[in-house]
Amino acid sequence: MIDTVLSSMTDGLMLGFVYGLAAMGLSLIWGVMNVINLAHGPVIALGMFGVYLTFTLIGLNPYLALILLAVIGLILGILIYMIAVHRVINAPHLSTLLATFSVNMIIIGVGTSLLSTTPRNIDFPLGRIEVGPITLLWTRVAAAGAALLITGLLYLFLHRARPGKHIRAVANNRAAAELMGIPSMRILALSFGIGTMLAMVSGGLIATFFPFTILSGGAYELKSFLICVLGGLGNPIGALIGGLILGSLEGLIPMFMPNTWMPVLEFVLFVLILLIRPQGLLGGET
Amino acid sequence: MRVLRNPGMWLALLLTAAVGVWPFFTKSATTREVIFTILLFVSLATSLNIFLGYTGYVSFGHIVWYGLGGYVGFYFMDVYQTPLYLCVLAGGLTSGIIAFLLGKAILRLRGAYFALATIGVNEAARAFINNFEPFGGPIGMTLNFSIYKSYGGATQALWITYGSLLGLTLLVILVSFLVKSSKFGLGLTAIRENEDAAEVMGVVAPDAKTWAYVLSAIFPGMVAVLFFFKNGTILPHDAFRLHLSIEMIVMVMLGGYGTLLGPIIGAAGYQRLRGLLLVTPFFKNIQLAVAGVFLLVIILFVPAGVIGWLRDRFPQLRRVLI
Amino acid sequence: MILQVERVSKQFGGLQALSNVSLELPEGEILGLIGPNGAGKTTLFNVINGIYPPSEGKITFMGKNITASKPYRVAKMGLARTHQIVQPLNELTVRENVMVGACFGQEDHGLAEASVIAKETLEFVELEDKAEFLAGSLNVAQKKRLELARALASQPTLLLLDEVLAGLNPSEIALMVKTVGSIREQGVTIIMIEHVMHAVMNVSDRILVLDYGVQIAEGTPEDVSQNKAVIEAYLGDPELAEKLAQNRS
Repeated sequence: MIDTVLSSMTDGLMLGFVYGLAAMGLSLIWGVMNVINLAHGPVIALGMFGVYLTFTLIGLNPYLALILLAVIGLILGILIYMIAVHRVINAPHLSTLLATFSVNMIIIGVGTSLLSTTPRNIDFPLGRIEVGPITLLWTRVAAAGAALLITGLLYLFLHRARPGKHIRAVANNRAAAELMGIPSMRILALSFGIGTMLAMVSGGLIATFFPFTILSGGAYELKSFLICVLGGLGNPIGALIGGLILGSLEGLIPMFMPNTWMPVLEFVLFVLILLIRPQGLLGGET
Repeated sequence: MRVLRNPGMWLALLLTAAVGVWPFFTKSATTREVIFTILLFVSLATSLNIFLGYTGYVSFGHIVWYGLGGYVGFYFMDVYQTPLYLCVLAGGLTSGIIAFLLGKAILRLRGAYFALATIGVNEAARAFINNFEPFGGPIGMTLNFSIYKSYGGATQALWITYGSLLGLTLLVILVSFLVKSSKFGLGLTAIRENEDAAEVMGVVAPDAKTWAYVLSAIFPGMVAVLFFFKNGTILPHDAFRLHLSIEMIVMVMLGGYGTLLGPIIGAAGYQRLRGLLLVTPFFKNIQLAVAGVFLLVIILFVPAGVIGWLRDRFPQLRRVLI
Repeated sequence: MILQVERVSKQFGGLQALSNVSLELPEGEILGLIGPNGAGKTTLFNVINGIYPPSEGKITFMGKNITASKPYRVAKMGLARTHQIVQPLNELTVRENVMVGACFGQEDHGLAEASVIAKETLEFVELEDKAEFLAGSLNVAQKKRLELARALASQPTLLLLDEVLAGLNPSEIALMVKTVGSIREQGVTIIMIEHVMHAVMNVSDRILVLDYGVQIAEGTPEDVSQNKAVIEAYLGDPELAEKLAQNRS
């Protein structure tokens, strides 16, 4: 019994790293420009398909495909920002919500017609490893490792690289940043690009261990919202920790109730946190 | 009441009534079905507008009121053979009460957070119904065909249902107008423009938002019962189609949020377009993408929708195009 | 006493915005609230008005304890305020903006009566020719008058004015000062936050000075303008110190 609990929780924890990575993208965009990117879910699904397609069509190693995906994600994000978001960035929330949501609809609409809703799978097993009583799948470990690596790179980027610092400046106070000569439109586009990139890469990682369809992104979108409020907005480390918490919870809960109740639980948790501690369990960078 | 002399209200009601009575003249079942769908969406969009259009809060979960009300009404019909009109009331009441309770919890959230909570509501409601045994779980419920006998046979039942829907649609339009032209409605618009300033002026925002939310939830609950009675079957997948929530938002935005005519025009226009597109199988899948493009174009270039744009362009028409 | 503020303090994380501020406001008085930027004047308004509760202290309005009450409760008791950064309801007309004040304030009017009150109030602030314009289309000075009209329409007992003169040219200032005087004549008690020294010194019965959240002086305009602590607080702005010293009566 203890073994199964430990296994389940460790599994969940590993997943948590990837959830955290997914949420980071959402968190960054939200924190920098106060926009909730409702295209987040479909972008994750695009990442899943990206890895799938490169794997089945040209046999590319999924983990290498991630690099390609990152570049595509960056460009896609910048495009989405320039086309759909920039014009309404200063309009009331309703506008940006609906603008990103329409991008969501477009991706899903085109996706379902081109790719149908039959579940896809990537068969790329890496074997297992026994650590004491726990059995770990290498795919999970690799994904967790990749997520950690990317988080680290993101942190370095935001705190050491010039564009990264600009992003943090704009997140803090856009007007002041503009007065300092920071080209806010370019920075906002870049932030959106990075956020999209993170979502796509996390989708690619998820594809290495779960079957998926173009609609799978939705569930991860809800998880990402929950993680963002757990970890605080604009806070990459917070998103990672939030992801770990959620992952562990998901490892634990199936012991007590069927998996299909998960969305209900996540929703209740989401609303509760927003009501009780809106700045997140870990607070956030302003 | 002097307010009932408003030309805009009469335009909305008469337009809807004219379209609505048309099937009674042609006695054609096909026309009736087409208009039924249009009226359904007109009533749904108008009810959503009472909340989204007047308070400015985006609810992605409007379909939940449809699903919950539909299920409860259907349940009474199936298990207790309750008369249709009581089932309709039960559906509306259920949605209203749950909206009240849910509203107390989530209406405290502002702007985008509220919108997110409503997305979660959808997922949660669907998961809940899927697991809820008395409502048939994932396989839903089906009416015994003999139930239509008590309404004079299947054909008669269909016409009764249609007439009831027409009545409800006209009712929700009237209610929407009454809200809009009342002090309550002024308070809601103030909340939409600037909730903090509205509170400073004395608008009790939490109460006002809750009542708007409840009012907007009752009508979907009622029309859902009519739809599923006609349908004979109810399934979680059908009752809680998230797409419908989105399409309702598109309809309201397309026509013009916050106006009386907007949701009517938006719903009718969107339905016609959808009907045209659904003919080809390719468009069937792409319809969501097309709706998405529509929504994006509206948000970027004509955020006030058709009616809003017309009011802006032709100020003389403002008295009528409300 | 219309308003009693007893030892009110307000903290934001590490920042002490208000420390032990107390005041008593008799009916019909105009109290000028002055102090350098960041002194906590708007914070005091926000605490009185219910935007956020004080960290310590008690506020009594018309004999009732309103500490930590919601803004709408306080508004319905007869307290109205204007904002430093104007908050018009942009997509509503000027008249509708004022009607909101009339409908939801102390008097709880219906739409018809509110429309009449709105017309009268707009005439009072000389905005009646803009009644059917959208509030968002007005210029700053007009928006300020709209903000004032909205507050007046609820027929308040106490009116909090936050920098009602900011951004106005001298003739607009003179007009507004006259209006404030007329409002008091109608029986409204007023607290005014102001930076335009000669105006606030002229129209106020008493002055209260805040600096870094602390009450450093209180008294008649003459007393305050000669108070050493006040002059020092403003010393960073020599023009202002000079104006204080002059105090054109």
